[in-house]
Amino acid sequence: MDEEEVADLLATYHISLEQLPKVYHDDPAVRAIGGDVGNVIRITRDSRTAGRAEAYRLVMKRPKK
Amino acid sequence: MNNDMEQRIDTLDLPYRTREDLKTSLTGRDITDEEFDRILDMVFSEYEKSRIEPCEAVGVVAAQSIGEPGTQMTMRTFHYAGVAEINVTLGLPRLIEIMDARREPSTPTMAVYLLDDWTFNRDRAREVSWQIEAAPLHEFGDITIDMENMQVLVLLNKSVCDRRKITVDEIFEAAPRKIREKRHFRDFDVEGDPKKATITFIPKNRESYQNLFQLAEHVRNVIVQGIDDIERVVVRKEGGEYILYTEGSNLKDVFEVEGVDTARTRSNNISEIADVLGIEAGRNAIIHEALSTLNEQGIGVDVRHIMLVADMMCMDGEVKQIGRHGIAGEKESVLSRAAFEVTVNHLLDAAIANEVDELNGVTENVIVGQPIQLGTGDVKLIAKPVNLKI
Repeated sequence: MDEEEVADLLATYHISLEQLPKVYHDDPAVRAIGGDVGNVIRITRDSRTAGRAEAYRLVMKRPKK
Repeated sequence: MNNDMEQRIDTLDLPYRTREDLKTSLTGRDITDEEFDRILDMVFSEYEKSRIEPCEAVGVVAAQSIGEPGTQMTMRTFHYAGVAEINVTLGLPRLIEIMDARREPSTPTMAVYLLDDWTFNRDRAREVSWQIEAAPLHEFGDITIDMENMQVLVLLNKSVCDRRKITVDEIFEAAPRKIREKRHFRDFDVEGDPKKATITFIPKNRESYQNLFQLAEHVRNVIVQGIDDIERVVVRKEGGEYILYTEGSNLKDVFEVEGVDTARTRSNNISEIADVLGIEAGRNAIIHEALSTLNEQGIGVDVRHIMLVADMMCMDGEVKQIGRHGIAGEKESVLSRAAFEVTVNHLLDAAIANEVDELNGVTENVIVGQPIQLGTGDVKLIAKPVNLKI
């Protein structure tokens, strides 16, 4: 998602970027679409209730254990 | 219904399924614009009613909705004979396993679906199963211990090798390598005669009988074909196609086997799915596994409750357990954490670290005796003083 879309998303839900669900940068799905740390990705899920639903995740670095 | 109406439905702020349902129920009907507007109004008001109210305690509702039927579950259905003679943990232990986000389920299994060219042919399905099922060396020939010359002799059975589509050379290469890498036993030399299909293992220490028998044990059990983690494969015919059910799970390696349909193949090892296919796949796996465990026991729990739990577990990019090492243990509030488990430790650590509790959550406010921020408690109303005539 580009920056404008992210800003819109955050404004709709009155949240900050950090409040979005996260996904690690080395997640196989993120690698497949080539997302970088700090990007927000839009996920279209096959939902059991709504048929199709959109979700968003913020790409972040995997914390070291 | 005309095209114009259809386009209007598409732009509505309604869930996808509601829009599709509306379209299908309106197709072929003759309605005026006025009627259409009224229908939309009614759909919208119905949809608004079905939505959850703001400040509703969805977490508590979900917990109760899963917890109460959970009490009706069989306590111990370990090793309930599931499909095709493969034991699968079901019932309450399985549900606990899912919520605890264990790295490895107690009975990992996979259902391996095959691509079109393989799935309708019994023999070809068998061939794939041989590529997957871990087969030790003793299944491919006779193993004898030659005490006189202090060595272990393997005489491979060519017909078995041909049937299972593995060449003598492949075994000859795989066996010593696997013994060294997987079984960590290195003190031996190998000689082989491809023409006679024999392999001779000679221990470096030629004095000890114990060592020789140890080597023989390694030789006997070394896995030369298939995937190490998958102990057993059962081929079953379901709805015209052959499906492989496995005991043991290893998604990554199974995906590399020729003929496996990577889109439909599934495992019950949630953390493995999350590692191999990503966190979103892990979320779906949690929902599917929890729901099928509950439904198998004849318990109907709404998906939305399970979806909420799965969402919480997958919030931070990895599968977290519900419990003190996962969600509950990472809450911001000290009092909330202390109220859950290991109270003294949390309070002590918080005191040492000079932590401050902002009292934003529900638990903390219950403890200190304040109104909680849920339902009507979340709305802050200030009443203006009115001049009352007494």
